[in-house]
Amino acid sequence: MTSLKSFMSRQELLGLLVIAAVLFVVMPLAMDIFRLNLFGKYLTYAFVAIGLVLCWGKGGILSLGQGVFFGLGGYCMAMYLKLEASTPEATAIQSTPGIPDFMDWNQITALPWFWEPFNSLTFTLLAIIVVPAVFAFIIGAAMFKRRVGGVYFAIITQAIAAILTILIIGQQGYTGGVNGITDLRTLKGWDIRTDEAKYILYYVNGALLIGVLVLCQIVLKSKLGRLLVAVRDQEDRVRFSGYDVSNIKIFVFCFAAVLSAIGGAMFTLQVGFMSPSFVGIVPSIEMVIFCAVGGRLSIFGAVYGTLLVNWAKTTFSETFPELWLFGLGALFIAVVLVFPNGLSGLYQSYLAPLVDRFMGGKGRGSDPDTSPPAADLTAAPSAKPAE
Amino acid sequence: MFADYTWTELGSIFAMQGFAGLILFSVFVLMALGLAIIFGQMGVINMAHGEFMILGAYVTYLCSNLVEAYAPSLFGVYFFFAMALAFLAAGALGALVEWSLIRHLYKRPLDTLLATWGLSLILQQAYRSIFGAREVGVSLPNWLLGSVPLTDIIEIPINGIFVMVLTFVIAIGVYFILFRSRMGMQTRAVVQNRVMAGAVGINTEKVDRHTFALGCGIAGIAGSAFTMIGSTGPTAGQLYIVDTFLIVVFGGAASLIGTIASSFAISQAQSTMEFFLSGSMAKVLTLLTVVGILMLRPEGLFSLKIRR
Repeated sequence: MTSLKSFMSRQELLGLLVIAAVLFVVMPLAMDIFRLNLFGKYLTYAFVAIGLVLCWGKGGILSLGQGVFFGLGGYCMAMYLKLEASTPEATAIQSTPGIPDFMDWNQITALPWFWEPFNSLTFTLLAIIVVPAVFAFIIGAAMFKRRVGGVYFAIITQAIAAILTILIIGQQGYTGGVNGITDLRTLKGWDIRTDEAKYILYYVNGALLIGVLVLCQIVLKSKLGRLLVAVRDQEDRVRFSGYDVSNIKIFVFCFAAVLSAIGGAMFTLQVGFMSPSFVGIVPSIEMVIFCAVGGRLSIFGAVYGTLLVNWAKTTFSETFPELWLFGLGALFIAVVLVFPNGLSGLYQSYLAPLVDRFMGGKGRGSDPDTSPPAADLTAAPSAKPAE
Repeated sequence: MFADYTWTELGSIFAMQGFAGLILFSVFVLMALGLAIIFGQMGVINMAHGEFMILGAYVTYLCSNLVEAYAPSLFGVYFFFAMALAFLAAGALGALVEWSLIRHLYKRPLDTLLATWGLSLILQQAYRSIFGAREVGVSLPNWLLGSVPLTDIIEIPINGIFVMVLTFVIAIGVYFILFRSRMGMQTRAVVQNRVMAGAVGINTEKVDRHTFALGCGIAGIAGSAFTMIGSTGPTAGQLYIVDTFLIVVFGGAASLIGTIASSFAISQAQSTMEFFLSGSMAKVLTLLTVVGILMLRPEGLFSLKIRR
């Protein structure tokens, strides 16, 4: 147990166990398969939110383009599934059998070269990890090496999200346009639309999420994680201590991107389609609010935040569609003004002491980065003179 | 792609697209000026800027309907007081927002971004509830309709010329307010050194509020001008917000000249390419170029030389 204790305090282990219990026991027992599938979809956003905790909460880098990576992962998966669904037999009525239906509708007669490798599942799984990582590396290296950060980084990532959406919608013949890639059926011959498959995918998704949480915990407790928080709070001091600040930032940005992409791929598998409406500015910024509601400093909080906001969104937009946007807007404002540390902040200040006493622990472990720093001091725009 | 056209045709195409680009340029400048004041001078990210613009557009729409119904004789000139009203309405809302929201967040720019995004969602839904989800247009007085023929193939719409003149006047106005007036001097003083500005007797909180309100008011005027060339819907503001932020950053955040230059470059590039490529590809290429240049030169085209 010594190795476990080195990266997980009693509190955090408890948090992980509670999440695992909720995911694997409570939710499957409490919900029918339709609702469970819906919550499985929400959980794919939790990957993005966890990435944002690392990137934004711990590292102070706010990316408004996480939808880009979610989309890249999702589209990679969707391309593979679409190719499998478009066998020459299944698409015999098209003028060019064997290519995806939307290509046929757009008078494309041969499979474009960048679609070819997605015939292979191994390549696809690799691409889900590698493509977003490389993309994030290029953006991150270009920006962080030049010491661009804060607000400027947010605006540029947002612009990239906008560009990718316009590109996907504009290049209908290659990407399926505004409808996205739809009508996905099987994975290696295994029908993903049956109830049984949905259960299995839900559990795979949950297991991946737990794995990601453990991985993030390891990263955060490592020296790298400490450095990350140090960079957020006193970037110059870290630099003067001889560390390369930009590399730390690039790493965490790429890491968050890969997490988002995994979420995107699982999204495609569970929902059965991928469209540009999960890529652009609006979904990207909504993913930030999932993270903020859960608590920007807590990876466990991010999961609950995602579930809560999405559940509220589904419930309210079904019953009072007009009120929902007011509610979401108010949520954005409240989470910034009233409770900047989100659900986990509330938990830390009200519930955690009780839980601690109940468990007989001798006070909380001395953990500097769970104490709530309300202001992110990191975000000084680089072109602004000091006040 | 040029091979199918003769030289005269190409010339006319460039002239016409160039003019269409100039109208886009005017809208960009009007929007970006307000943002350049708020973001460039104060360092505040106002994601609801587009919604302030749309407020101006709806005010103009209401004025046009009211004047048409109750005072048709004034219809020829209603636009001028509609614009003044749009400025006041957006400015007042801006002051209210600064007082209730922004002033708590000056130290946390990223949080301002999220909060103003929330505000923009609320405003959008408010517009939708009040004015309906459909796009609305205003009816223009007669003297703004029609176009001026320049040569046989080139024609210039009058409302476009009006919008450009308006942009020019407002840009000059903003220049005078920022660089030739007492208020502008105080604004710049507060931006450069808040503590010292306070020490010499400037009421920094008041200056903040006025600056924010001024930026929002200009967005209102932009919305008013926008109604002359397009229709207004609850979400129209969001379409422009990314372009506008890119323009301000691309121009160099604290530079008015930079803002205008980058509006010009972006709008011209976009509208000229639009003729030869599809609209979406033109936009993608333009934005990609801007983002690429910003990655190489993060401080933008025109940057102040300051020691950090």
